[in-house]
Amino acid sequence: MGLKEDVQNTLGELALDFLECQGDLSVTVPKDKIVEVLTKLRDNLGFNFLSDVFGVDNSVFYEKLAKAKAKKKKGEEDKEEEPQGPPPPRFEVVYLLLSLETNKRLAVKIQVPEDDLVVDSVTCLWKAADWPERETFDMFGIRFKGHHNLKRLLMWDEFPAHPLRKDYPLEGQGEERILEYND
Amino acid sequence: MAFQAYGGEGWLLTKLEQLINWGRKRSPWPLPYGTACCGIEMMAALASGYDLARFGAERPSFSPRQADVLIQAGTITKKMVPIFKRIYDQMAEPKWVISMGACACSGGVFRTYSTLQGIDLVVPVDVYVPGCPPRPEGLIYALIKIMEKIEKDHPLRKKAAEIGIGG
Ligand code: SF4
Repeated sequence: MGLKEDVQNTLGELALDFLECQGDLSVTVPKDKIVEVLTKLRDNLGFNFLSDVFGVDNSVFYEKLAKAKAKKKKGEEDKEEEPQGPPPPRFEVVYLLLSLETNKRLAVKIQVPEDDLVVDSVTCLWKAADWPERETFDMFGIRFKGHHNLKRLLMWDEFPAHPLRKDYPLEGQGEERILEYND
Repeated sequence: MAFQAYGGEGWLLTKLEQLINWGRKRSPWPLPYGTACCGIEMMAALASGYDLARFGAERPSFSPRQADVLIQAGTITKKMVPIFKRIYDQMAEPKWVISMGACACSGGVFRTYSTLQGIDLVVPVDVYVPGCPPRPEGLIYALIKIMEKIEKDHPLRKKAAEIGIGG
């Protein structure tokens, strides 16, 4: 039985969407069920190693996708309009899992809308999630509920922005770190 | 500096300033501040192959208070700026700074929000070494440039001007 079926059977309804690319499997799950999902994957399927947690800002990607679609439509007018759903959530948080027993990998994705940037922390399952979650908070402003020490990891504490968001300019906005020290 | 040592006691005729410069020039103790890949090249320069000690940089000093030349080899992030500035401030006068590599000179390839665009924005730099990374020879050349600079220095005149006598 393939990994996909295993995951499907273990998660049941919780698996919203599968994507298989170059032999790598990723599964999208509901945002508020992430702890439950990862617990199941860890305890039932042996995914006992969390290699990384990171965020993705899809805003530019979606914009380009929409533009490409609009262009296509102009070319072939007679085609039926596709139903326009609500815009997809801007952010994604991805958990990369590895099973040390079977050497299989799985990416678990959750979608995080811009107006609700709170995700449950998985530090209760893996201590290894501590710093990656802090980094994700630092870079994207996604907050992890239940994290014991959610401070910036890479930028300094007073840094006013979240630099990996796509609307943040690469060269920054002139932030400088100023630190007073007593002589 | 005229230095003659005939048998017996010998004599030395020089100017005090030259004597001071001679001493300083021959023992520029470096403070190796390697923060990125350039640091590896600096280590190569300090190690036996290139042996920076031949030029008096005998003892890499890991305490800023006992160092003369700050070798900044690598990127300085904006997060690190206050610490870097503090280390520079802790060095006793006289002090010199070598900015080694494109990153230290200008930010290099990292034209980003997190990287300081050249350490000369926070500390005065004496010698810039271009390259990504510069070869150890480049660093040696920079050290020799520092020596030339020391040679032209007027330590006593500077001190006199500081306390306001003579000129
Ligand atoms: S100048 Fe090049 S080699 Fe040196 S620290 Fe920067 S990136 Fe690394």
